[in-house]
Amino acid sequence: MLELDEATVRFGGRTALDAVGLDVAEHEIVCVLGPSGSGKSTLLRVVAGLQPLDSGRVFLDGRDLGGVPAHKRGVGLMFQDHQLFPQRDVGGNVAFGLRMHGASKAQQGIRVRELLELVGLPGAASRAIASLSGGEQQRVALARALAPRPRLLMLDEPLGQLDRSLRERLVVELRELFSELGTTVLAVTHDQGEAFALADRVVVMRDGRIAQSGTPLEVWQRPADEFVARFLGFENVVGASVSGEAADTPWGKVPMPAGAPQGEVTLLIRPAGVRLVPSAEGLRCTVAARTFRGTHVSVHLQPESAPRLEAACALRDAPEPGDEVGVAFDAAEIVVLDGAPISP
Amino acid sequence: MSTTKKFVAVAVGLGLVTLSACTSSGSGDGEGASESKTVTLVSHDSWAASKSVISDFEKQSGYQVKVLKDGDAVQALNKAILTKDNPQGDVLFGVDNTLLSRAFDNDLFQKYEAKDSDLLPPEYRIDQQKKRVTPIDFGDICVNYDKAYFEENDLTPPESFDDLVKPEYKDLLVTENASTSSPGLGFLLGTAAKYGGDGWQDYWEKLKGNGVKVVDGWEQAYNEEFSGSAGGKKAKGDRPLVVSYASSPPAEVVFADPKPDTAPTGVAYGTCFRQIEYAGLLSNAKNAKGGKALIDFLISKKFQADMPLNMFVYPMREDAQIPEEFTKYGAPAEDSEVMAPKDIAKNRDQWVKSWTSLVLK
Amino acid sequence: MDVARTEVRAGRPRTPAPGKSAARLALLVVPVVFFALFFAYPVAAIVARGLKVDGAWQLGRVGEVLAQSDIRHVLWFTTWQALVSTALTLLIALPGAYVFARFDFRGKQVLRAVITVPFVLPTVVVGTAFLALVGRGGLLDELWGVRLDTTVWAILLAHVFFNYAVVVRTVGGLWSQLDPRQEEAARVLGASRLAAWRKVTLPALGPAVAAAALMVFLFTFTSFGVVQILGGPTFATLEVEIYRQTSEIFDLSTAAVLTMIQFVAVGAILAVHAWTVRRRETALRLVDASVTARRPRGAGQWALLAAVLGTAAVLLVLPLAVLVQRSLDAPGFAYYKALTSDESGVFLVPPIEAVGNSLQYALAATALALLIGGLAAAALTRRDAGRLIRGFDALLMLPLGVSAVTVGFGFLIALDEPPLDLRSSWILVPLAQALVGVPFVVRTMLPVLRAVDVRLREAAAVLGASPWRVWREVDLPMVRRALLVAAGFAFAVSLGEFGATVFIARPDNPTLPVAVARLLGRAGELNYGQAMALSTILMVVCAVALLLLERIRTDRTGEF
Repeated sequence: MLELDEATVRFGGRTALDAVGLDVAEHEIVCVLGPSGSGKSTLLRVVAGLQPLDSGRVFLDGRDLGGVPAHKRGVGLMFQDHQLFPQRDVGGNVAFGLRMHGASKAQQGIRVRELLELVGLPGAASRAIASLSGGEQQRVALARALAPRPRLLMLDEPLGQLDRSLRERLVVELRELFSELGTTVLAVTHDQGEAFALADRVVVMRDGRIAQSGTPLEVWQRPADEFVARFLGFENVVGASVSGEAADTPWGKVPMPAGAPQGEVTLLIRPAGVRLVPSAEGLRCTVAARTFRGTHVSVHLQPESAPRLEAACALRDAPEPGDEVGVAFDAAEIVVLDGAPISP
Repeated sequence: MSTTKKFVAVAVGLGLVTLSACTSSGSGDGEGASESKTVTLVSHDSWAASKSVISDFEKQSGYQVKVLKDGDAVQALNKAILTKDNPQGDVLFGVDNTLLSRAFDNDLFQKYEAKDSDLLPPEYRIDQQKKRVTPIDFGDICVNYDKAYFEENDLTPPESFDDLVKPEYKDLLVTENASTSSPGLGFLLGTAAKYGGDGWQDYWEKLKGNGVKVVDGWEQAYNEEFSGSAGGKKAKGDRPLVVSYASSPPAEVVFADPKPDTAPTGVAYGTCFRQIEYAGLLSNAKNAKGGKALIDFLISKKFQADMPLNMFVYPMREDAQIPEEFTKYGAPAEDSEVMAPKDIAKNRDQWVKSWTSLVLK
Repeated sequence: MDVARTEVRAGRPRTPAPGKSAARLALLVVPVVFFALFFAYPVAAIVARGLKVDGAWQLGRVGEVLAQSDIRHVLWFTTWQALVSTALTLLIALPGAYVFARFDFRGKQVLRAVITVPFVLPTVVVGTAFLALVGRGGLLDELWGVRLDTTVWAILLAHVFFNYAVVVRTVGGLWSQLDPRQEEAARVLGASRLAAWRKVTLPALGPAVAAAALMVFLFTFTSFGVVQILGGPTFATLEVEIYRQTSEIFDLSTAAVLTMIQFVAVGAILAVHAWTVRRRETALRLVDASVTARRPRGAGQWALLAAVLGTAAVLLVLPLAVLVQRSLDAPGFAYYKALTSDESGVFLVPPIEAVGNSLQYALAATALALLIGGLAAAALTRRDAGRLIRGFDALLMLPLGVSAVTVGFGFLIALDEPPLDLRSSWILVPLAQALVGVPFVVRTMLPVLRAVDVRLREAAAVLGASPWRVWREVDLPMVRRALLVAAGFAFAVSLGEFGATVFIARPDNPTLPVAVARLLGRAGELNYGQAMALSTILMVVCAVALLLLERIRTDRTGEF
């Protein structure tokens, strides 16, 4: 439905989008994930028609959008800090797009009521924008973007400024809402949790290029390269030399899953694959720090002469900082990453 | 104008025309088709005439009269010179004898002898060979005095230039800057006419020693410094002598409510300089025929009789009836100092310059 | 600051999109044509008339003119009196700015309007009124026997009188929006009251003070009426000299040289001004002005308030009061009644009609100024606009620094061919007035327009609003108040505009200031009284306009 073909945008000497190709299918929810400056907001602005392309093309429903101004593209965009019109009340904001498309007063009224109900703010039409909380503003912005029934809804850091609990709740609500409405969504976020919870498909961007694209599970399980792995929060990434069913790493010999490529590679050992064993067995480490993660504890381990390791363990098994522990590795949680190997 | 300039001009012009068409302030009437029906008079800000007199002329002649007031007399003349090749009007009225040479030097006027000009006093009909200007009115620049002050102080008001340097009139006189003010220049020329090109400087030395005060313009002198005027009284003016016009006392009566029996100010008739105002047909006048008719009208009996109370000047025609108020409260000076325009032209700039360094510095 | 925000900044284009900048340039066409045609062209024409003989530029005249000791004296006087006037104005008006910004007291709104009245009153009127303060029999004379008329002090004080409001509005406007908690934070950290002010408030105010100072310097550097009326024949600024050379002596080549000198000087002042203004737009934490003002506390603050009000009363209100008193100085409002009769003969119409004329001209001028200034402001909205566009910003201010007589005479020889033979058209008066009004409009609207978030406009565009709709739906509601303020200023300024109006030939429908000047130019009590009455009417109209503006002051005010 949406198709980007070699989309390129340059700002002065910097390339914000570097020949990006991306397809979004009807009813699909795609989340673009990436750190600051990776070009993900530019991507949205290109689709919305707010940023002209230096080269490449954008198609919507097969139609080339080149030269079509923003107001004629029929896409919705929710800005990260909402950008509600301060002079208008809630109803006026939600009705704005309808008005621009020439809907009658009566039609506007019906649709505004409908949408405010949908986003959980029934009867808020006459409230002033300044009187809304962050979460309410977010809902109004969503209602405003949805009102003209855009073919494609784009969300820029949709939950960026909300507090954690609200965010988690809204992510679920949004997902339900979008699948209910069958909306095609292209969202942008720097928060992997948000992306994984919301998306059918995740696209990770780096320096204006797409680093990986896949379902949340695929990406989580098999990060394409060191960058993606580290961006997803994995720390145990090292260069290794694989031979047979074992690899040489700074942490010693590590078991490898069957069929692993041989030679110099980059390895990711997921925290869950770092098992704590009595200190006499395995690699000897000192517990440097411990972070409580709710469902588990993340333990930072300092081997004697190797980089730190991160391990995940159950609450009751977690050692105290300063404890001496041994470490063993679980082949099932070890992934060989694409890309040039980093020297061990 | 180049083509692009013209294009821009046309575009903007159209915009403005539309704009002006939208408002009802219909003052910019017909330039094109009705050109020959409109005659334009360019004058100074003091121009005034009774409506009925003008409309009589319009009815009689078939011309519409349009008046442009173009600043004070000097400005009106300077602007007329600037726009000589494409004048704003057909007739310029209000060039006086102190400025006439500037108009002649710049070939501002074309020849025209007004119909009744032989009825005008010959001494004012200068430029008899080329006949470029017609004298319309005259007035006198004279020292005015505050009657009340002299009565209270039991002092005789001064009567002549010589009186002004006498010790009993010390610190009493205020005059205007000769380089920026028409009465100021007139007063300087009056002293030059009286004491000659070599003598006036000595006189001004004495006047300076006697505490003459110089301000920039007539307004300040008359309304602020002079104790005898309405404005000066309010501003607590403390100079009972001021360089003004012989017609100022009647104005003090006419423009008062209720009108007093006598004028509160008087004129020192021995200190007068005669100012003559001329009108001429502008060199490139678009409606020369109408302009000629207008000049004829300016010396018509009707207009001449209408002038005194409108512009506070004396009509040039001796047979024009002067209103009673005017003669009652002030008469024209009997023996004003006069100076030929060509003498003024020759010396004016030099005199003003030396006057400035003598008096102001 | 969270990460996402930084990214948006970094991701925002540094250079405007090509299509958009073309649209913005298109917006500039009307203002550029307006200024080229009604300012640059006439001024160039009159300068050329003075300096071009038989097609060759006589640039040697520059050296000749500068070699004259009188001229050098004028230049020196112009500069030093402007410097001293500026310093004096800051000295007297800065406490006023503080008081108006931080104190709440009864009648504050009215007073703020009243102190602005002098700024828009014609100098003819003000000069007369001001003499009542410093002249013979004036307050100073009565109290201490001090008379300052025809001394340079009269000029300096009158400049303070005129420009007091510039400082109070420019500096006070910002001051009232500075968050007082920042200063409080510094005090909690151990700074003394003075140190806190010096380290926190002063740097924040600095650019505003500099901008105000430069405006005052510009206005006093080009001072005309005040110097002419109060200075007497011994003092002349460049502007007065240009007037004398052009209008009286008719030495156009000397006038042209002086015009060029003034042009260069004013250009330099404006360049510095533009620079400080841009610095002023740097991020400051601004709060709603209404929360920073409170009632004075303690003897010190009450004394300060009293001192400022006292100064304002003596320096600003008293001269205005004298005008009113003089206009009433006849039984039964005789002067006002006389205004309605057409017997006086000074005009062909009753003088009261000047009020109607003035209002008509001022409305036309305001509409023009809003159109031109609004378009220019819209085009200049982007802070990252090119150097050329920013230059235009400063250029729009130039008419404030060019002699009215230069423009007036320039009109005369430049706009003399059809379809632009506007010399005797009534439109010339509002055109000239709009030239003065435009800088005020731009200066008032620009800060507000620049404060509108670009993404708000983008949000509207994505929702289906065309660029024109975006402007109507997003920008207009936000700048509406600024627009009204700008309109009010343009209106008041053109109402009081005297210079250009008087130099333009016109049929007999005088504006208020022109009518006042003409009445003052005639002997006779009624003429004088009517002049005072008309001045009072002008003053009241201005004050009412300004008072209405006070009610709709924007949160983010411009410079005036």
